[in-house]
Amino acid sequence: MQRSLRGRAAVIGIGETPYYKRGEAPEPEFKLALSAIVAACEDAGISPKRLDGFASYSNDRSDPSRLAAALGIDELRFANMQWGGGGGGGSAAIANAAAAIASGMAECVVVFRALAQGQFGRFGQGPRRNVIAGEMAHAVPYGLMSPAQMFAMKVKRFMHEHGVEQAALRSIALACYHHAQNNPRAVMNGRPLTEEKYDASRWIVEPFHLFDCCLENDGAAAMVLVSAERAAEAEHAPCYLLGAAAGSHHRAGAPVHNAPDYATSAFKTIAPRLYAMAGVGPGDVDVLQSYENFTGGVLMSIVEHGFCEADGCNEFFVKENLVAPGGTLPLNTSGGNLAECYMHGLGLNIEAVRQVRGVSTSQVPGVEVSMVVSGPMVTPVSSCIFGSGATL
Amino acid sequence: MSYLKPGLPKPVPARDGLDAPFWAAAAQGILTLQRCNACGRWQWGPEWICHHCLSDDLAFEAVEPRGRIYSYERVWHPVHPALKDQGPYLIVLVEFPDQDGVRMIGNLLGDPEQEVIIGAPVKAVFEHHPDDDPPYTLVQWTAWNLNA
Ligand SMILES: [Zn+2]
Repeated sequence: MQRSLRGRAAVIGIGETPYYKRGEAPEPEFKLALSAIVAACEDAGISPKRLDGFASYSNDRSDPSRLAAALGIDELRFANMQWGGGGGGGSAAIANAAAAIASGMAECVVVFRALAQGQFGRFGQGPRRNVIAGEMAHAVPYGLMSPAQMFAMKVKRFMHEHGVEQAALRSIALACYHHAQNNPRAVMNGRPLTEEKYDASRWIVEPFHLFDCCLENDGAAAMVLVSAERAAEAEHAPCYLLGAAAGSHHRAGAPVHNAPDYATSAFKTIAPRLYAMAGVGPGDVDVLQSYENFTGGVLMSIVEHGFCEADGCNEFFVKENLVAPGGTLPLNTSGGNLAECYMHGLGLNIEAVRQVRGVSTSQVPGVEVSMVVSGPMVTPVSSCIFGSGATL
Repeated sequence: MSYLKPGLPKPVPARDGLDAPFWAAAAQGILTLQRCNACGRWQWGPEWICHHCLSDDLAFEAVEPRGRIYSYERVWHPVHPALKDQGPYLIVLVEFPDQDGVRMIGNLLGDPEQEVIIGAPVKAVFEHHPDDDPPYTLVQWTAWNLNA
């Protein structure tokens, strides 16, 4: 038997809670998780009691046993956490769910992510203590402590090596905000971004302006996967997982910024495996959702997935190329982490499914192949490709 | 003289002792990097074994306190209350071309709005805080003219 996930499992249901500004969710994180899971099951037309597996990432706090008990699940068979990687684990969690289904370990797995930062504290804040030890002792006392600061160093080097101008990063932010204006769920709906507004915005850390950085939000998102056989009987047209890959290159995690290949989003070794499994190439991808922790990560990940040459970024990254419906590579069509919601990237995977179903608020016509890149630079990273029934 | 305003967490040796020799040497104004006694490779940050030959016979060896700027960033938004009134500051990633290109984080001293050139040579400046509790030393960097 060929060792591949291509076409073996499919997404039959997607669900989200409303998206809130950070700290403003009216409900606790665990209840948000339950709400998104129930919504995804309703969308799939199945009872949540028939779920038999959970997959998540970034040390999600909603415990699978407690979820299974709360939902009254008949029998739990699969409880999986993608190890490490923060938002880099989003597409890997979907791959893990599909692998469990393909291997017969589970029948119906929900992938979910829930965040209530008001309840549990924020990302992106420096440590508040008198002393610090270990790897962090070699960075924090120098004022290097937030994700933006960790990743700006890589992006600066990449921009230096390839002559990338600030306008290339700006185009990514403009595309995300453009799509958010069509999406009533988006936190930034009704708040358009212009070149002037971007240029006038304050620096967070060079080369990132305020609008190069993701939002921080509360909410939850979920998607239900079953085998391709079961998906054929589902309510919605199935969205098949064509391929997925996760990991990182040689010594990507070497401490204190010592990865030998440093100025990278960490997808150089992942992208070839992704395309090989999916049986498609970058030229076949109709629409892309690429995780924006920071625009610079999006730029490098698009290069490393073969959509653009590293030395051609200034020409490729212009807004018209990146917007639906007519752009050469419509990008983050829900508004993404910059302008829809920061649900740790799972919202991007859900948007990719919507594009295959044909129901995005910024729909690209005739989508067959819909791709997601999760958590650039946050190793182990992952990416995945969904396809319509026509791609099988 | 402190580059950043006081109040950030102070570095202390790891509880398992892994980087203790580095901090002890820094307090004496000596820059050390980890080197494998078996194969001669350099590595940073410290590890318990050599990533190349997997030997655990590693030492912290003194090096010339000079490197070159591999990348940098100018920070404007403070994420720690101690830096609320800091204003912009510069963080550099310094590489050591003679030590297998390993890299270290520090601040670039001088005008925080100075032009920074990737590839420019820099030399270490030890920022001692002997009267702090606990005492500590930071390894900072300053532009260095090769011909001077
Ligand atoms: Zn060795």
